[in-house]
Amino acid sequence: MAVNRGVGDPQVTAAPTFSIYRALRLTETLAVHVVVLAGGLFFAFPFYWLIITSLKTDTQLFIWPPALIPAPVELKHYGDALEAVPLVRYFFNSLYLAVLNVLGVLFSCSIVAYAFARYRAPGSRVLFAVLLATMMLPAHVTMIPLFIVFRSLDWVDTLRPLWVPAFLGNAFFIFLLRQFFMSIPQELFDAARIDGCSEFGQYWRIMLPLSKPALTTVAIFQFQFTWNDFLGPLIYINSQDKKPLALGLQDFYKTQATVEWQQLMAASVMMVLPVVLLFFFLQRYFIEGIALTGLKG
Amino acid sequence: MVKRTPILRSLRARETFWFYVFASPWILGFLLFYFGPMIASFWLSLTNYSVLLPTRFMGFSNYSAMFEDNLLGISIWNTAYYAALAVPTSMAAGLGLAMVLNRGDLRGRSFLRSAFYVPAIMPLVAVSILWIWLLQPRFGLINTLLYFLSIKGPNWLGDPAWSKPGLVVMNLTGVGINMVIFLAALQGVPTHLYEAAELDGANRLRKFWHVTIPMISPAIFFVVVIGFINSFQVFTQAYIMTEGGPADSTLFYVLYLYRHAFNYFKMGYASAMAWLLFVVIVALTYIQFRLSLRWVHYGGQ
Repeated sequence: MAVNRGVGDPQVTAAPTFSIYRALRLTETLAVHVVVLAGGLFFAFPFYWLIITSLKTDTQLFIWPPALIPAPVELKHYGDALEAVPLVRYFFNSLYLAVLNVLGVLFSCSIVAYAFARYRAPGSRVLFAVLLATMMLPAHVTMIPLFIVFRSLDWVDTLRPLWVPAFLGNAFFIFLLRQFFMSIPQELFDAARIDGCSEFGQYWRIMLPLSKPALTTVAIFQFQFTWNDFLGPLIYINSQDKKPLALGLQDFYKTQATVEWQQLMAASVMMVLPVVLLFFFLQRYFIEGIALTGLKG
Repeated sequence: MVKRTPILRSLRARETFWFYVFASPWILGFLLFYFGPMIASFWLSLTNYSVLLPTRFMGFSNYSAMFEDNLLGISIWNTAYYAALAVPTSMAAGLGLAMVLNRGDLRGRSFLRSAFYVPAIMPLVAVSILWIWLLQPRFGLINTLLYFLSIKGPNWLGDPAWSKPGLVVMNLTGVGINMVIFLAALQGVPTHLYEAAELDGANRLRKFWHVTIPMISPAIFFVVVIGFINSFQVFTQAYIMTEGGPADSTLFYVLYLYRHAFNYFKMGYASAMAWLLFVVIVALTYIQFRLSLRWVHYGGQ
């Protein structure tokens, strides 16, 4: 931003007020850093709290003022949590759903987006408008009839209702990928076609390799949605051994006679950790993806 | 005959063919998961469908019953209350953070950006459980901090007057998404506009109001529209943290809808509620779009 322009302005530098101006500027810069650091702490602190609470002893948990550093560090709550609920099972259910959902949207959304980006056909514009319109439809409108459909297929209390739909597209991702695909030069495909590349080959060998950033963004969004989804599992899953983490964690909290905070926090850490790790490895795509969605407004 | 087909026409036919082949997953998904269920949902809303009893056609009586439902009124009020607090606070906080992070003199920007963003991608279930503990009236972090500021913290989730504000505070941890959107928008504002404003003698406030705000208005619009759509569908927090209580103070619309559908198995009534939600969201979004014509500036205008 250009707020502090004018530093190099000769009139200003020559004037005797120069040092006051500079001091003011320095103070401001300092103040900004203090405010931002305080803000950063405010945001990071709850998660620090999550971790240290999972490491506290029972007596430390209920002392006042609360201890900022757990002493002694007690790791046993992790073991206790693993014993109290089948967390490993939950974890692998979540992972299973996440992997299938990511594969599903990557395939279905990219190929449909390719159709919308590359071909013009009778009805294609109308269909695109319909696609945009479905983004407005709250999931709750279709939630009940979908439940009835899956129930009649005998899919309730299986993981299928939670991943099969991913293979049939997602309006938001189709839109996002279509916008990206439109920016790839048409000539590449014309050249490939002349060289005898099939239509599917053009999608598979040219479009997909050129779209890795956009596809990565879609993949991590879908991973995150699936990992964090609560309502879906809540509606469809009853059996302990089929619950993903989101539902299992909630269940753990609700079924405790007295709340074991450390164990709950330990289980939460196990749920949060994969998302955080993913973020640190693929930061760029998270941030760019969000910025990309913001631009469409 | 076929051989005689002009080459252009056959190309068009091929294009049409491939379009429908490639688009078929979504067309199928649309029919199975949107269009079919939408029709079914509307039909259900005209019946007393429940998993348990034989289905009977009821006309619009589910819709007229909504007018008599006191709890529905409470849930609408709670949802509107929550949205009215959550949308402006998360927009203002996101914009404020983005403005600060966009300053040229700030060190460690990418680290800070991550620090603010990470809480936004946390699983809501884990965040909800964490915040039950943070908002705990005696040993919770929030009230401890308030105590050091000599403020007596309320019994957040146990007090009908403070339960919704408590959820609004928790919602602020998700502000990183708005921040990233605003940051991208701010970086797109050309510097020469600020320079021109400075030449005209504009101070910071005027630059903010007359340059920054109009230039990032599409992002503001996006954040507000999405914010309302999401706030109207708030569910998980209330389901986990408060179960709609205390005294129905966090009984939000979708939570109430969920109860009708999956606890009372009154799926006809729940479908009618879903349609009301849909109509409200569409109407509100339409109004926002109409209003946006007055204040949102897209590039080149």
